[in-house]
Amino acid sequence: MARSCPVPYLGPHMAIIVLKRLAQGLLIVWLTTTLTFFLIHAAPGEPFSGFLDDPRATAEMRDAYRGRYGLDRPVLVQYGRFLASVAAGNLGESFFYRRPVAAVLADTVPRTLLLMGTALVLGFTAGILLGTLQGSRAGGWFDRLSGGVAVLVASLPDFWLAMLVLLFFAGVWPVQGFSDPTLGSTAPFATRALSVVRHLVLPAGTLALLITATVSRYQRAALIDVLPNAWMRTARAKGVARRGLMFRHALRNALLPAITLGGLAIPALLGGAVFIEVTFAWPGMGSLAVQAVGDRDYPLVLAIVLLSSAFVIVGAVAADLAHAAADPRQRHA
Amino acid sequence: MPNAAPGSLVAFADAPPAPLAPWAPGRLAGLFRRDPPAAVAAITLAVIALAALLAPWLTPYDPTQPLDMAAGAQPPSAAHWLGTDLASRDLLSRLLFGARVSLGISVVAVAVATIVGTAWGAVAGYAGGWIDRVLMHVVDAGLAIPRILLLLGIVALWGTLSTTSLVLLLGLTGWFGASRLVRAEVRATRERDFAIAARASGASPSRVLVRHVLPHAMTPMLVAATLGVGQVVIVEAGLAFLGYGVAPPAASWGGLIGDGRDALGTAWWISVFPGIALSATILAINVLGDRLRAALGAHQLHAP
Repeated sequence: MARSCPVPYLGPHMAIIVLKRLAQGLLIVWLTTTLTFFLIHAAPGEPFSGFLDDPRATAEMRDAYRGRYGLDRPVLVQYGRFLASVAAGNLGESFFYRRPVAAVLADTVPRTLLLMGTALVLGFTAGILLGTLQGSRAGGWFDRLSGGVAVLVASLPDFWLAMLVLLFFAGVWPVQGFSDPTLGSTAPFATRALSVVRHLVLPAGTLALLITATVSRYQRAALIDVLPNAWMRTARAKGVARRGLMFRHALRNALLPAITLGGLAIPALLGGAVFIEVTFAWPGMGSLAVQAVGDRDYPLVLAIVLLSSAFVIVGAVAADLAHAAADPRQRHA
Repeated sequence: MPNAAPGSLVAFADAPPAPLAPWAPGRLAGLFRRDPPAAVAAITLAVIALAALLAPWLTPYDPTQPLDMAAGAQPPSAAHWLGTDLASRDLLSRLLFGARVSLGISVVAVAVATIVGTAWGAVAGYAGGWIDRVLMHVVDAGLAIPRILLLLGIVALWGTLSTTSLVLLLGLTGWFGASRLVRAEVRATRERDFAIAARASGASPSRVLVRHVLPHAMTPMLVAATLGVGQVVIVEAGLAFLGYGVAPPAASWGGLIGDGRDALGTAWWISVFPGIALSATILAINVLGDRLRAALGAHQLHAP
């Protein structure tokens, strides 16, 4: 089992598979966005309802507003315009912020990516380590104790765990927002970055804890499936050291479910991030989504749905690629 | 649940002899003797379900009636075991009635999701070909939207929903995973000898599907539905937490937790007790689902 180059070459077959998956993904993104578009427009009421219901607003002002955003057109025309503008790379203008949607997202999406990326890396590393430790000594006291804790944590609703963390850490550690609001833009970069990291610890830690609990359960089960295999016995018999046995032979095979889980976890993670962000007042895409639906900010809602489903597709394709990297059989399947 | 009738072609199954049906009482009793955690989980769930059913007779106070507006939120005491909330309502009474909302909505929603998912997945898996591809694309699209985002969008835009619409909504956004599961089971079963035998003896496709193929998907579906109730309880609680639950003054557990969100520092009990009830229920459902899966040998059941 020679070690290949650090990034395994996956071959032309995988390239075709990935392209096919991305094309299917595009179809799915279109389906979800279309579904959302018609759901939004079928809903009773209209945007700016607060403003338009204002008795001081004249009929002309209302019509002017509807006209400005094309809301006076038939739904199908609006849909056509929406598709055309998205195809041209323009996501429209947010009703609430009166700014291009792309600019609003450019502010918030990196914050969500920072939160989710940190949580994913921490959670998967810890989960795989924990699951491997549990699985290699299945039935022992550590396995049973940490397994019980993992089931408990995995059963806690995300917003509830976030509130518990809030309850315990309020006053001790920053629990609200993205950085210290008293720091002006004149503060040195290092100070501001440190403030962001301090604010990141609790939301990312909470999310990572939930991921760890789930991943470790899969990793443990996968390792237990792998260990009794004949080739594990062969490797042991030919004198592979225990560490090499665990990491090169067992773990590589046992990683597959965790990788699949990682790809499938993206929608759940995005959902979980909504609650974590709202509870910790983290100004990312989740908080923005809650606010946008509350404000009936159609373009923003549509853009968020579009982006989330694109994330989901990318996550699934990335999981396929990682799967192929870990399992050479997949590259020719 | 349509089990195989005695003397039907299932007797020709190429599988090992079928064990007792998972819902046979003797089998369940044995399971609990061998598996104490499952027994504890089942008893916990039974107690919570009973408390929800008997809520009107168990509660000493009206859950919607403010008792003493001037007093505000009171900590737990002999008169109010779990204290009172910000509107001075007895929290224990609200918790018991909240159990009805949380569990009632979730169980019915999962029933809806199971029915829709079974029908969808069975047709896709049995028909195969382009029908399968089209149906599964819809499922993929459904799975590609974060469920909470979709629900949030619908609920926020359509305004406060009646309980019936909330149940339908939760059910109709939750069947995608179930349909995949059923499709996989149906595809694995449709070419087995007994299904071919039934087809050969002239049974119509719908009869083969319903009488011979689908019963084999029942065990994994039972496990998935058990775990699904837990997921829907969480989703509903999350929506209610954000303020999009059933119409006030009724409230599910998530709504109760959300009520205390801003008073966490001064009146912790408002959120903490519903939170404990919620977590205990989910934990019990997850433990029971996992143990059922292990006991019934539904190994093929992995991530949704």
